[in-house]
Amino acid sequence: MATQQTQLLARTLLTPAVALLFIWMIVPLALTIYFATLHYNLLDPGSESFVGLENFRYFLTDPAFLASLQNTLVLVGSVLAITIILGVPLALLLDQQVVGLSIVRLMVIAPFFVMPTVSALVWKNLLMHPVSGLFAWIAHLFGLPAIDWFNDAPLFSVILIVSWQWLPFATLILLTALQSLDEEQKEAAEMDGASAISTFIYITLPHLARPITVVILIETIFLLTVFAEIFVTTGGGPGLQTTNIAFLIYSQALIQYDVGSASAGGLVAVVLANIVAFFLVRIVGRNLEA
Amino acid sequence: MGQITLQGVQKSFGPVHIIKGADLEITDGSFVVFVGPSGCGKTTLLRLIAGLEDVTGGAILIDGRNVVDVPPAKRGLSMVFQSYALYPHMSVRGNIAFGLKMAGVAKDEINRKVEAAAATLNLTPYLERKPRELSGGQRQRVAIGRAIVREPKAFLFDEPLSNLDAALRVQMRLEVTRLQKQLGTTAIYVTHDQVEAMTMADKIVVLNGGKIEQYGSPLELYEKPNNLFVAGFIGSPKMNFVTGELARQQGATTIGVRPEHLKVERDGQGGWQGTVAVAEHLGSDTFLYVDAAALGMLTARYVGELDLHPGDRVSLIPDPARIHRFDDSGKSIHA
Repeated sequence: MATQQTQLLARTLLTPAVALLFIWMIVPLALTIYFATLHYNLLDPGSESFVGLENFRYFLTDPAFLASLQNTLVLVGSVLAITIILGVPLALLLDQQVVGLSIVRLMVIAPFFVMPTVSALVWKNLLMHPVSGLFAWIAHLFGLPAIDWFNDAPLFSVILIVSWQWLPFATLILLTALQSLDEEQKEAAEMDGASAISTFIYITLPHLARPITVVILIETIFLLTVFAEIFVTTGGGPGLQTTNIAFLIYSQALIQYDVGSASAGGLVAVVLANIVAFFLVRIVGRNLEA
Repeated sequence: MGQITLQGVQKSFGPVHIIKGADLEITDGSFVVFVGPSGCGKTTLLRLIAGLEDVTGGAILIDGRNVVDVPPAKRGLSMVFQSYALYPHMSVRGNIAFGLKMAGVAKDEINRKVEAAAATLNLTPYLERKPRELSGGQRQRVAIGRAIVREPKAFLFDEPLSNLDAALRVQMRLEVTRLQKQLGTTAIYVTHDQVEAMTMADKIVVLNGGKIEQYGSPLELYEKPNNLFVAGFIGSPKMNFVTGELARQQGATTIGVRPEHLKVERDGQGGWQGTVAVAEHLGSDTFLYVDAAALGMLTARYVGELDLHPGDRVSLIPDPARIHRFDDSGKSIHA
């Protein structure tokens, strides 16, 4: 279709953009790789020296690494499960014809527009606070002791906050998918004698397979790097109980001032994210093929 | 058995009356076509019978039992939708089997019935395919297969051929008619295409503005239309209507003559004089659109080839035995 001239023109015009993107990506990557091979501690300036793979050995054998890897996977898995298991019925509800639906929809979507730091603060100080939080007040109403969320169930608390933020996203994607379900298909199922539950299992759920895949892929990308919620609420603690890979790298770099080790951690995180992505695409990406 | 009776069936959506009281008797095993212009309520009437819409008033009797409060699946009817509404993630086998599976039929019996239905419809080689891997005609057959496998009391067709190309439509028209005769199951078929109605139906229901204008066999409707609407709707090309002095001479407000009942004479003297405006030469027929001054535009059909061209003078002589007469209110005057 394209002649040689138009191909040449297209390449020439694209070159600046592609080159800029390439530099944008390659410079930080190259610097990170370079730092990862150095002994580079901000508390000990001037002592930079080449140490080979020593930073990687240090990062990977650190007991904090395995703990934070586990926390990362638990966090991602739980939030995915919660947002999809709650998102599907919520989307089904919002797909009904009810008075004031546009307002309800807006309110359901709202958490997604709240900044992570802000929502984490709201949860920490207004809802989950053991003395002045709403949950503590409700517990007192029933004569129960208040739960000190961030001490007793720190990872669960973080999961709760992050799920609250991502539930609207899942609901929104699933809702738009539901609205594209052919009305005649539901009627055909009705004529075929399918009950509401059968229609859901055999017609609606298969129709949602693809949007659920999209939700899983997109959420995973963002959930692997959850940081603000942890930073604001628990600071990775108590101990290492809420430290994920992203927070571990942060603490290496800016709490222990070990730039070399943090860079090595960053590269490990990149590799891990790619491994997760590889398996995800193998498992659920099949649904995306038309 | 599939005897369907409508008694004063009404349907309103809010203040809008879609069906204004329909009475109809559909005998077992007959092929009935609902035909009418778009918005006449034919699809709504079908959906009322199917149970996909609730009636506002009146009764629907299937084999003598009033079913207005019975859910669609329990009415023993099956429907073929305009968009086919196949389940995209199920194979052809899954699609056809779905209704039986929901009814809790044993697995080997489902297989037997599905394969029998597939054989009837020449779908056997495609049983394991997904709907998206099929052509339009094949999808149509799967939709029909899904309907016949449940051995319903009646089939409901909602403009099932409107998404097919012209050649395939003619072929499917034949297949559907043949299948219905072979199974002997009552069928109600909705279409806006009067050719489909004339060729397929045992009896036609002509609907207009939510009212049944006439119910009868295709030839009854063609030869003895009840009123102006039916006269104009049935037949292609459309019937010519003439008002004024000429009609008054016949004792009517309007007279109608079908294009095929006008004899065409070149430079003739008697009959209605006019000039050819457009001549359509189809080989088998020639359609002439004649500008007949005060009478307006008249259409004439000549069987065979007639070498006439725009501007030629012709006279059109109506067959006196086949002039339809209508009174003030548009009703037919029968001699």
